[in-house]
Amino acid sequence: MLAVILSRLARMVVVMVGISVITFLIFFATPGADPAARIAGRNAAPETVTAVRHDFGLDRPIWVQYGVMMRKMFVTGDLTSFVNRGQKIVPTLTAAAPVTLSLVAGAAVLWMALGAATGIIAAAFKDRLPDKILMGVSMMAVAMPVFWVGEMVNLVTQSRLHDTWAFSWVPPLGYVPLSESPARWFLALIFPWITLSFLYIGLYGRMLRTGIIETYQEDYIRTARAKGLTARRVLLKHATRAAIIPVVIMFGMDFGVLVGGAAVLTEVVFGLNGVGRLTYQALKVLDLPMIMAAVLYASFFVVLANAVVDLLCILIDPRLRRK
Amino acid sequence: MTERPTFPMADHPTPGAPSPILSIRNLRVAFQGARGAWNEVVHGLSLTVAAGETVALVGESGSGKSVTSLALMRLLDPATSRITGQVTLDGAEVLSLSEAEMVARVRGRIAAMIFQEPMTSLHPIYTVGEQLIEALCCHRPMPRAEARRAAVALMERVRIPDAARRLDDYPHAFSGGMRQRVMIAMALASRPKLLIADEPTTALDVTVQGEILSLLKELQEDYGMAMLFITHDMGVVAEMADRTVVMLRGDVVEEGPTAQVFHAPRAPYTRALLASVPALGSMRGEPVPLRFPAIDPASGAATPGLPLARQPDLGTPLLEVRDLVNRFDVRGGLLRRKVARVHAVENVSFAIHPAETLALVGESGCGKSTTGRSIIRLAGGTSSGSVRLDATELFTLSPGRLRLQRREIQMIPQDPLASLNPRMTIGEALVEPFLEHRMGPAAEARAKAARLMDQVGLSPAMLERFPHEFSGGQRQRLCIARALMLDPRVIIADESVSALDVSVKAQVVNLLLDIQERTGIAFLFISHDIAVVERISHRIAVMYQGEIVEIGPRAAVMETPQHPYTRRLIEAVAVPDPARRHLRRTQPPSELMNPIRPLDFVPPERRYREAGPGHFVRED
Repeated sequence: MLAVILSRLARMVVVMVGISVITFLIFFATPGADPAARIAGRNAAPETVTAVRHDFGLDRPIWVQYGVMMRKMFVTGDLTSFVNRGQKIVPTLTAAAPVTLSLVAGAAVLWMALGAATGIIAAAFKDRLPDKILMGVSMMAVAMPVFWVGEMVNLVTQSRLHDTWAFSWVPPLGYVPLSESPARWFLALIFPWITLSFLYIGLYGRMLRTGIIETYQEDYIRTARAKGLTARRVLLKHATRAAIIPVVIMFGMDFGVLVGGAAVLTEVVFGLNGVGRLTYQALKVLDLPMIMAAVLYASFFVVLANAVVDLLCILIDPRLRRK
Repeated sequence: MTERPTFPMADHPTPGAPSPILSIRNLRVAFQGARGAWNEVVHGLSLTVAAGETVALVGESGSGKSVTSLALMRLLDPATSRITGQVTLDGAEVLSLSEAEMVARVRGRIAAMIFQEPMTSLHPIYTVGEQLIEALCCHRPMPRAEARRAAVALMERVRIPDAARRLDDYPHAFSGGMRQRVMIAMALASRPKLLIADEPTTALDVTVQGEILSLLKELQEDYGMAMLFITHDMGVVAEMADRTVVMLRGDVVEEGPTAQVFHAPRAPYTRALLASVPALGSMRGEPVPLRFPAIDPASGAATPGLPLARQPDLGTPLLEVRDLVNRFDVRGGLLRRKVARVHAVENVSFAIHPAETLALVGESGCGKSTTGRSIIRLAGGTSSGSVRLDATELFTLSPGRLRLQRREIQMIPQDPLASLNPRMTIGEALVEPFLEHRMGPAAEARAKAARLMDQVGLSPAMLERFPHEFSGGQRQRLCIARALMLDPRVIIADESVSALDVSVKAQVVNLLLDIQERTGIAFLFISHDIAVVERISHRIAVMYQGEIVEIGPRAAVMETPQHPYTRRLIEAVAVPDPARRHLRRTQPPSELMNPIRPLDFVPPERRYREAGPGHFVRED
């Protein structure tokens, strides 16, 4: 068991080093992409470009540049932006991270709980009315773009019905740190959570429903029924537990990707200054240190979430413990 | 089958007999097809099972026997199935109970079930203890500690060694036989009055089958249970059942006391079924392989099968295997280093002559299939030794030359459906190897394919069809025809008839003998089914844990087995003779182990003694 965890963590480090090297090479060593020219701005004199190149250390060998950047990011923590001179990358990122984490974690709780409920109820009522309604709604949830849903929510809660009894409690758009006021943090995030999780509730509900229905074909379900277990127990203990594994694996992927910045649409719509929005802005101006930091940060969460999920699966399914 | 005889026993139990635990009257089961049409698969079945009695429900695949058992427990999907008739289980009218009443009163309570596939019938992610405790507590809530003690007691009752320690193991840590014991323990949890056993030993090895059957008999006596035993195996029926009900395509064609059904069968189908059952020991005194009797399906009359007319050519061997070794590395740990080796095949030597059949018998995991595949270097792992076909050494051939040599040695697989490409017509599948080996023009290939179809008893017109349009037995004939396309001199038949129904099995064995008689082909016949092996082979080699423990002429090995393992294997076979019904096997439960050895393991030097002419036995 310990060996499994250790080898998993070792692989995680290897993957992250690989990602950092590849990202670095894409932005710094691709032919035709001259970061110095980019920083110096349009129509800059060649001398200016040379000066900039020297200034930023871009005239040094590529591996030295990589080493310097990694040292600045992880050891000294004083990596600065190429675009906004003086802006420190690491503090900017660590300020944005809690916003995204709050958004995604809350939404994840919501979508796992409601997604599981949707899948289980739909499977229990397979081909009957509750199943048809749930599957219809979840298909809609999957089909509706998140920014549109977000704008509609804002239209209703912030504008049209804001002054009625129903939505007068909704705070203005923006983020309130948890340390400042847990209650206001919660209120500010309720609608972003619902908006972000909507799609995933539909997705996970459908996936779990299919999984449970397939599991009902297994011989061990027949055994469980033959020994006289109630239908509810067969469904929850025997079928759902076996069908939940692919959902958990999927969850790891989605969670990591969203924390890494894929929640950008929700962040933008609800005025949350999270990592997605930060990355988007850095990409617009090709702020290389910021992009590097954001990509590494994102990959860290994707890889971490996957590792956690692998360990979770080992807990759920003892057969995976053998190797 | 048009005649539908009525059976007095079904409606009027014999006077003086105890009242039945299970009584079924006019049970009909229908399934709804894809287009909404109802398709009846059981047409008015009636039977009774009295307390303490064992009734066998026998039939080939598609006879409706398993569907009947699931219908009794109402385990069929109510949305797509329809059950009518009357089923009374210990006073409860099963077909009119609600689902909740089924759970509370019937399932696991009055009647419990065990199934064919112990490998998949236990939930893989719960410990066996958890599953046993669940079965105990769902009928009689009890404290956890008491339930654990009861679970251990149940596991001890079905003789699982070291029960207390194994309680917290997961099913994958148990062998097939041990899992079936767990299933039985689970079925016994609430002391049911009826045990429905649906092919409980079909997926198990013979020695394990014998142990499980003995255990079931013993438990039945102790608990006074009635048993409904569903099987296709007449040997198992003879050994287990007081009464036998024979089913054919959803109809009961015969019912009666087992001895009467076996010795004086009335229905033609029963006669046909019994005539095609290979009975161990029926070859006593026969000098050469013997065909199964040909059976007229209308009357059930059997014409005795002809013996094989061609003698093996005992000059120089055609295929000579010497010191064949095949090992697989087991990797583990952080760096995936080699930690052990599976000695799948160890120092196996034998020779096959033209027109001779050598059978390789043994239980699952003994290395018999790996031996077959190692000969044509398809086994993987690391092999050494020598395989000579005529004078050509196969083990030192270049890959290109080996490919040519494979033409001479063809395989017939165990699962014909899986080995035929579903997107190729039979004609394409047959012609492909012929053209691949550039044996002649396409027209000649097609002519040969048509001729071979005729030889294996199929119509050349079927060449245009796809594999899924054939039955299991026909598909195996197709695989035989495909192997013959290359005019091989040796055919390796790996469990080629094991999955077939008895009547089909008999026909395919007869076909193989016909082919041998006509072409002088040599067979390496790999099988766990000793009764079939006895029919078809000239010589037999018995494998155990990767090694041959005994090899010799068929009569010598079968009639005077020398090695203890051979004796155990032969003794374990269920023989279709009702006189053996009271037989009890006394051996303790065995678990076959994979021969996993440490890296520095040196296999012991083996000596063989000659027990008779050509009959060698390993000295242990």
